[in-house]
Amino acid sequence: MATFTLPKNSTIGKGQTYKAPPGARDVRTFKIYRWDPDSGENPRTDTYELDLKDTGPMVLDALIKIKNEVDSTLTFRRSCREGICGSCAMTIDGLNTLACLKPIEDVKGDVRITPLPHMPVMKDLVPDLSQIYAQLRDIEPWLKADTPPPPDEERRQSKEERAKLDGLWECILCFCCSTSCPSYWWNGDRYLGPAVLLQAYRWIADSRDEYTGARLDNLEDPFRLYRCHTIMNCTRACPKGLNPAEAIGKIKTLMVERQG
Amino acid sequence: MSAPNSMRTPLGRVRGLGSAKSGTHHWWMQRVTSLALLPLFLWFIFAMLSLAGAGHAEARAFLARPWNALLMLSLVGFSFHHIAGGLQVVIEDYVRPEKLRMLVILAVKGLSWAAAMISAFAVLRVAFT
Repeated sequence: MATFTLPKNSTIGKGQTYKAPPGARDVRTFKIYRWDPDSGENPRTDTYELDLKDTGPMVLDALIKIKNEVDSTLTFRRSCREGICGSCAMTIDGLNTLACLKPIEDVKGDVRITPLPHMPVMKDLVPDLSQIYAQLRDIEPWLKADTPPPPDEERRQSKEERAKLDGLWECILCFCCSTSCPSYWWNGDRYLGPAVLLQAYRWIADSRDEYTGARLDNLEDPFRLYRCHTIMNCTRACPKGLNPAEAIGKIKTLMVERQG
Repeated sequence: MSAPNSMRTPLGRVRGLGSAKSGTHHWWMQRVTSLALLPLFLWFIFAMLSLAGAGHAEARAFLARPWNALLMLSLVGFSFHHIAGGLQVVIEDYVRPEKLRMLVILAVKGLSWAAAMISAFAVLRVAFT
């Protein structure tokens, strides 16, 4: 059955509290999920108090400040700090988003931070993404064509054809959407999830690709595609403002269309 | 699916047994049956309201009219098709492992079929006696 409760070794205990420095003027509390695979202990929630007057505006700024100045054992992924690499995806204040794009002031009260939901945790805020990367590999996210490109020229596309890729190419593969999807939580081993299906549609919609039918064949499955029940958590979570639910709807429309 | 402690690669696990090459028909039939059920249920509610307070003989006479019997049979057919299909989706979402899932789906389909047959027989019996 689908698991609705946390297994015993995943229940979260109370952790340590790191007080704000004396003389802090604008104190904000960050409650952060911690788990160390080497300790053999259950996960815990550590509490960090920061002076916002002395912290950058985004949640990622706070995380970096904690790691640099308070607790160097805090582990998280980050790279570009401007919403283009997708590394710092995590659950902040109950919604999956990018820490670098989430202003601290948008959060009311304590800032609660946990790793992306329902993924195996490697350490603290770092989820294991190897399965979702394999799912991305499975839909072959690259141009497939048998016709060679024109000599000394790129493969051409009309402006209208190119416009069909807008809202799809912008995806940065942070997986905020897939990990917000209950269907992906319960059936992630077989359901491809919104991020991967949006990528699949990005290549199905590409006029230069010659494997549209084969791509649809690969998706035509009660689990790979049809676990999507239009719950729309994906679209709500996307920090880039994209609409994976709509892309999945378009794949379903094409499936019906080709049946005649 | 292979066991969680399998040493198979993630790509091997994800590709698994390949795509079932089906699912579209099921999904489309859910839409088609719901489309048919929209007017049928409006008619049903309207019919039940118009029969409010009516006696046994009037109700029998209502169902004996050909159009009413046909619409009622359609309602039965589309409803149970839609119910069985919808429950199958719920079961696929939540019930594991695969063998239990198959058994529960079979049971739901059997029960839906039986309920549909009993309902249809009741309509026909009232209509023809």
